[in-house]
Amino acid sequence: MFLDLTILAIVLAAASGLPGLFLARSSVRGERIAAWLMAGGALTGLVCAAVTVLGGGQPTAFFPWPAAGNAVVGLDALSAFFLVPVFLVGGLGPLYGLGYWPQRLHTSNGRKLRLFWGLLVAGMALLVISRHAMAFLLGWEIMALSAFFLVATEDHREESRRASWVYLVATHVGTLTLFGLFALWRHTTGSYALEPVGQDTLSLGTLHLLFFLALLGFGLKAGVMPLHFWLPGAHASAPCHVSAMLSGVVLKMGIYGLVRWLSLLPSPPAAWGSIILALGAVSGLLGVVFAIGQHDLKRLLAYHSVENIGIILLGLGVAMLGRSSGHPEWVALGLAGGLLHVWNHSFFKSLLFFCAGAVVHGAHTRQIDRMGGMAKAMPWTAACFLVGAVAICGLPPLNGFVSEWFVYLGLLKTALSGGTAAMVGVPVLAMVGALAVACFVKVYGTVFLGEPRTRAAGHAREAPLSMRLPMLALGACCALIGLAPVLVGPVLDATTACWLADAGAETVRLGHIAPLGVISVLAFSLTACVAGVMVFLGRPALASRAGPTWDCGYARPTGRMQYTASSFAQTIVLFFNRVLQPHGRRPRVVGLFPPPAHLHSHVDDAVLDRVLLPAGHRIEGWFNWFHRFQRGLTQHYVFYILLTLLALLCTLFPFKAHLAQWFAR
Amino acid sequence: MTIVNLILHVAVLLLLPPLLLGVITKTKAWFGGRVGAPLLQPYYDLAKLLRRGMVLSTTTTWVFRAGPIITLATVLLAGLLIPIGGFNAPIAFTGDLILFAYLFGLARFFTTSAALDTGSAFEGMGSAREVTFACLSEPALFFALMVLAKVSGSLTLTTMLQGPTNAFSADVAAPLVLISIGLFIVLLAETCRIPVDDPNTHLELTMIHEAMVLDHSGPLLSVILYAASVKLLVLGTVLLHVIAPFEFGKVWLDWPLYLVEILGLAAIIGIVESVMARLQMRHVPYLLTGALLFCGFGFILLIR
Repeated sequence: MFLDLTILAIVLAAASGLPGLFLARSSVRGERIAAWLMAGGALTGLVCAAVTVLGGGQPTAFFPWPAAGNAVVGLDALSAFFLVPVFLVGGLGPLYGLGYWPQRLHTSNGRKLRLFWGLLVAGMALLVISRHAMAFLLGWEIMALSAFFLVATEDHREESRRASWVYLVATHVGTLTLFGLFALWRHTTGSYALEPVGQDTLSLGTLHLLFFLALLGFGLKAGVMPLHFWLPGAHASAPCHVSAMLSGVVLKMGIYGLVRWLSLLPSPPAAWGSIILALGAVSGLLGVVFAIGQHDLKRLLAYHSVENIGIILLGLGVAMLGRSSGHPEWVALGLAGGLLHVWNHSFFKSLLFFCAGAVVHGAHTRQIDRMGGMAKAMPWTAACFLVGAVAICGLPPLNGFVSEWFVYLGLLKTALSGGTAAMVGVPVLAMVGALAVACFVKVYGTVFLGEPRTRAAGHAREAPLSMRLPMLALGACCALIGLAPVLVGPVLDATTACWLADAGAETVRLGHIAPLGVISVLAFSLTACVAGVMVFLGRPALASRAGPTWDCGYARPTGRMQYTASSFAQTIVLFFNRVLQPHGRRPRVVGLFPPPAHLHSHVDDAVLDRVLLPAGHRIEGWFNWFHRFQRGLTQHYVFYILLTLLALLCTLFPFKAHLAQWFAR
Repeated sequence: MTIVNLILHVAVLLLLPPLLLGVITKTKAWFGGRVGAPLLQPYYDLAKLLRRGMVLSTTTTWVFRAGPIITLATVLLAGLLIPIGGFNAPIAFTGDLILFAYLFGLARFFTTSAALDTGSAFEGMGSAREVTFACLSEPALFFALMVLAKVSGSLTLTTMLQGPTNAFSADVAAPLVLISIGLFIVLLAETCRIPVDDPNTHLELTMIHEAMVLDHSGPLLSVILYAASVKLLVLGTVLLHVIAPFEFGKVWLDWPLYLVEILGLAAIIGIVESVMARLQMRHVPYLLTGALLFCGFGFILLIR
């Protein structure tokens, strides 16, 4: 029954944007209907997911699909686990959109955005519940294409068009790889069904090929470090709730694909775990380093997604090592850490993008160095952003800490019992954590604290209720998981079962190997203590004189004299000079009264700007000779058609008979 | 007996820290040929600041007030996670080492945010330096903790830190020496001592920790100073487990032994502060990279 309800939720989501298409452009009813339909679908989907995770899997169902046998859909704990972020963020987005992207201000693209939002949610939900390669690919392509149209929402801007094309190319390279993957799967196992196969069905070579195809195809979607190049641009130029969806949920579909796919392959070699660990370490470290170098709030958040995907991969890597060496404890800790981080990242990253939307809306710029002091005008947004920032740094008492703690425990246990690959993981994760703190102190301090640096930042207003509600809901999710991790213990136990089946041991309960209760009590008491003292200090008796900030006796300080985000990050950027290669224009200051000057600095993307684009230009150069044939003149093309026709006619000419006749004579 | 130890643990954690600052100051005065302030001067200072009023900058928000309080709460909780001497920590569970390290991260987040809340460029500089240097000292700390975990075969701080005492063998001597050097540098950096930072400097441009607290006054400043001394005690206690793994096994001897050790460590820090100059700011990363390498090599030596 719950599977049917999930399908109903998918249909509701897919249909949410349709009524708006039949209403007038100026009508505001379309967006309300879309929000209601989406909310209904999301609630239904969340209930189904919750029941499935806690109450056990649902029986699978069949749909006749003439081309490829029966399409199978099913709802097990893993599917349900990934349905939660899909429907949660999917349901909150249209509500946020009511305030952020209202139809009366965006008459030209508001309806398009809502239509593809619904399709995106439906596509993701479909791919998560499908147990059949074709249905999976169908969901995957619906997701990929609707995400393309969402990134290109503002297609009158060149930046959006460029980012969406890069995204489209990247996602289709991924899809092509998945075609290869599923074709190989069909060829070796004889069916399109995504079911675990026996020990000796696949040869080792095929196993390796399947693994690397999956890593490439799903890694492109997840944004693993060398394959992340489409991500910063797409996240930065999409509307903020779309960025929240892309970063919080769409990337996780790559992780879902990887987790589901690896659960199908029997007895993985130990090298796979090490490869995933290495990719995780590289993504984690370089993701956060590149984030620190950014000046654009949304690009910065996008690079942090790469970092968090890295942390998730570190968890998956530990779990893979555990599977190959028969340590169910490592599998439980690593997979629980990785999967919980999937949830956590989708909550706090969507929260941060929602807050960023409110801020960008208010300050009319995405440049961090042009903001400042916005906590006074937008206290709710500032508080929500602070929750997201503390959570994404993995600090107690919020949810990021719980998942990173699982990953750490898994890494440490692996490292102590001889898993060499995991030893690098611990210090790397520690450095990632410290760098993330640096990055988010920079963002929070520069955007929300201090004095406004520009007039626009000073005139910002608090976001409307429809935008604040989704932020508060996501913030509450972060706090709930952080303060009461005992609640997610059973959920994770049910979900990690998909990898524990072949680890060959009795069920491992997360609560036994990781004391979640103590964490709950400590997190709760720490929060209560601080809150209590804050209330005590807030009493009017203790409040005292107000004055200006100490400025060394300077008479006329202005907001522009504050420390900027670029200066804040400069030492770290210089430290990672070799990787980041920052460049820019540095003015020369000459004389006693130098003229006004501009300082400009920029950090390019490592892969897109330094490898792919130069390589593309180089290849374009090689094919310059082709321009001779490709001139854009209609006459030429008509001539080519004539030539082709003549060539085709020639094939009709009975050469053989003719030649035979010739020689016979 | 556990109750007595618990009470003693909390009492030492709450009452002893300012004395360490007094010992450091006294040592420096002695090296400088001065009489110096009385040993208990930090207590008088804290009491005086608590009675004073506060001046709050008009730029600030609630984050400015929350910073010191969160810092104090986190370092006190971290102090409850570590064992003192041969006695078990009041709170111990698998994986508490990660909570221990991340509590300092939480403190850092709010100290630096509170500094940025004032909008002052000096405090911006101070917090930028603080978060930058932590990027190197945090992996060093984790390498050291991994060595201790490997030596003791446990992921609980109480067992890990008592590892050098209980599970000592010739094989682990060299790694322990290496990580004790690394941990000492981390201790100096995290508690803002010479050669990383000078707590007595008078030039805002060259400060780290003191630059961040320029605008805090009265009770908030006293909370900051007190939290800094608690942090010194906590990290010092961790270091003592590595450099002085001795115990008598008797309660009435072990507590005095611990007091002698921690005050001796404070005197050593005082000596280091007296005989060294502060490093140039751009050279600090090299020192911390050194600490990272010491701890990393310690770990590699252990697992070879």
